[in-house]
Amino acid sequence: MINTDIAIVGGGPAGLCAAISAAESGAKVTLIERNDELGGQLVKQTHMFFGSEKQYASTRGIDISDILLEKLEGHKENVTIMKNTTVLGRYEDGVITGMIDENKYLKFNPEALIVATGATEKFLGFPNNDLPGIYGAGAVQTLMNVYGVKPGDKVLMVGAGNIGLIVSYQLMQAGVKVEAIIDAAPNIGGYLVHASKIRRMGVPIYTGHTVKEAIGSDHLEKAVIWQLDDKWQPIEGSEKEYDVDVMCVSVGLSPLNELLVMAGCEMEYVPELSGNVPLRNEDYETTVENIFVAGDSCGVEEASSAMVEGYLAGLTAAAKIGKIHPQYEEKKADYIKQLDDLRSGPVGKHIRSGIDKIVRR
Amino acid sequence: MLEKTGVPTKEQVMNEFPDISRINEGPVVVIECFKEIPCNPCTIACKFDAIHIGEDINKRPEVTEDNCIGCSVCLSKCPGLAIMLVDGSKSEEYVHMTIPYEFYPLPEEGDIVEGLDREGEFLEKVKVLKVTNPKSYDRTPLVKLEVSRKYMYDFRNIRLEEM
Ligand SMILES: Cc1cc2nc3c(=O)[nH]c(=O)nc-3n(C[C@H](O)[C@H](O)[C@H](O)COP(=O)(O)OP(=O)(O)OC[C@H]3O[C@@H](n4cnc5c(N)ncnc54)[C@H](O)[C@@H]3O)c2cc1C
Repeated sequence: MINTDIAIVGGGPAGLCAAISAAESGAKVTLIERNDELGGQLVKQTHMFFGSEKQYASTRGIDISDILLEKLEGHKENVTIMKNTTVLGRYEDGVITGMIDENKYLKFNPEALIVATGATEKFLGFPNNDLPGIYGAGAVQTLMNVYGVKPGDKVLMVGAGNIGLIVSYQLMQAGVKVEAIIDAAPNIGGYLVHASKIRRMGVPIYTGHTVKEAIGSDHLEKAVIWQLDDKWQPIEGSEKEYDVDVMCVSVGLSPLNELLVMAGCEMEYVPELSGNVPLRNEDYETTVENIFVAGDSCGVEEASSAMVEGYLAGLTAAAKIGKIHPQYEEKKADYIKQLDDLRSGPVGKHIRSGIDKIVRR
Repeated sequence: MLEKTGVPTKEQVMNEFPDISRINEGPVVVIECFKEIPCNPCTIACKFDAIHIGEDINKRPEVTEDNCIGCSVCLSKCPGLAIMLVDGSKSEEYVHMTIPYEFYPLPEEGDIVEGLDREGEFLEKVKVLKVTNPKSYDRTPLVKLEVSRKYMYDFRNIRLEEM
């Protein structure tokens, strides 16, 4: 049994920042990450991030990860890092179990738990969607930017949200041809600057289009798309065919938080936050005492907000178990203000209305 | 149109350009950031108080043309690669346009490359005047090109000819 003040599950931006701020408050922290590297989604984001200076805007995601790891290093006397360790469950007495190196089981007994497990990709249903060559955007990005492997030669990108647009751009940087980007929605969902950046490379973007079918014997050879009418019904005869060996499906993420469900946290389906999310208070504590949450696992947003939520949850979780940061009030007010600023514009509107549904004051 | 295709209309683009008289005086930024998003590195990068967003980081950047000295620092800082530099002071026939370009191989000074519009369509061959890629640009190199005046409002990208 490993005893610790605070166990943090997930070493992405939210988990890293939670660890930094809880450790800074004086708590002993155990940070548990299933991959062999910390950083979560950041380790494959080679582009410059949006946001404000406080969340390292204009810095590339891969470098933000290094900045956070360095900050964490500054508190190493309070932090134990467990990599290659997947948290599998939580018992009623608060003990959590993990599996290390895929063969050894461990038990942790934390006073407080912060869940920062991120999100999982959604997929699309269409004939032959299991052909090799059809990937989620996360897999394409991992192959390309983490392992340096080209996923294929010609790609159809499905999804014109930020992820679809950014991954398309990175594919082109890797020398892969992107034939087209399609999206079922009538408008481009991602930031228009990203769309323009790819459009001027000559890649067409077709909104109001979806995949009809994939064709191929043992791998993807062709993708057929068709247009949707204003009731989202496919229009016969509008089919277009692409000779592609890769289809990259990037149709959104949903929060990954089964651990919270297992722990008995009250959950609600909130479309604005992309799925099932825990009810929580302003301190990011769920309805189960001493279980906190931060980042995409409590609502799919951005790394910028995930970091600030992490700092906030680390600070409040530590305070809850008696480790109160000397500048607790100041810091808390600053994090809340940063989150409000990030969410205050038109892009943050749906996030704000989603959050209104789950925050219990 | 922009929301559906990623291509701004000519009118939207023209609105972001300063007067031709200002362009002819010397280098000045053109920012094509049409949607309110939470982002402000351009204002932080500008040491000349030429780009303003203000308290609410969701607002679109506003350019004070008279303060812009054309230093080009903001070009490599914009995560959307939405900023370019236009300089009409050098010749009657051409304008100098500087764009961020994040693809390898990089062009070299003196190269002739294909000049493209906002849909990636070929406009004309353009000459590379300068390629800058210092460490401070953090892997977003800038390429300065000689573009015919008549394409000033259309030019936005380059393609290197097949080797
Ligand atoms: C292509 C792309 C581009 C993006 N661009 C931007 C951008 O420009 N600006 C921006 O702000 N955001 C951007 N984002 C979003 C940003 O990456 C995410 O919002 C952010 O990473 C969420 O942080 P997180 O810590 O909540 O989750 P993640 O980064 O997903 O981290 C979760 C971590 O938890 C681990 N984990 C999960 N389950 C377990 C378990 N049971 N046990 C142990 N560990 C577990 C995972 O392995 C992972 O490391 C982008 C995302 C993508 C995919």
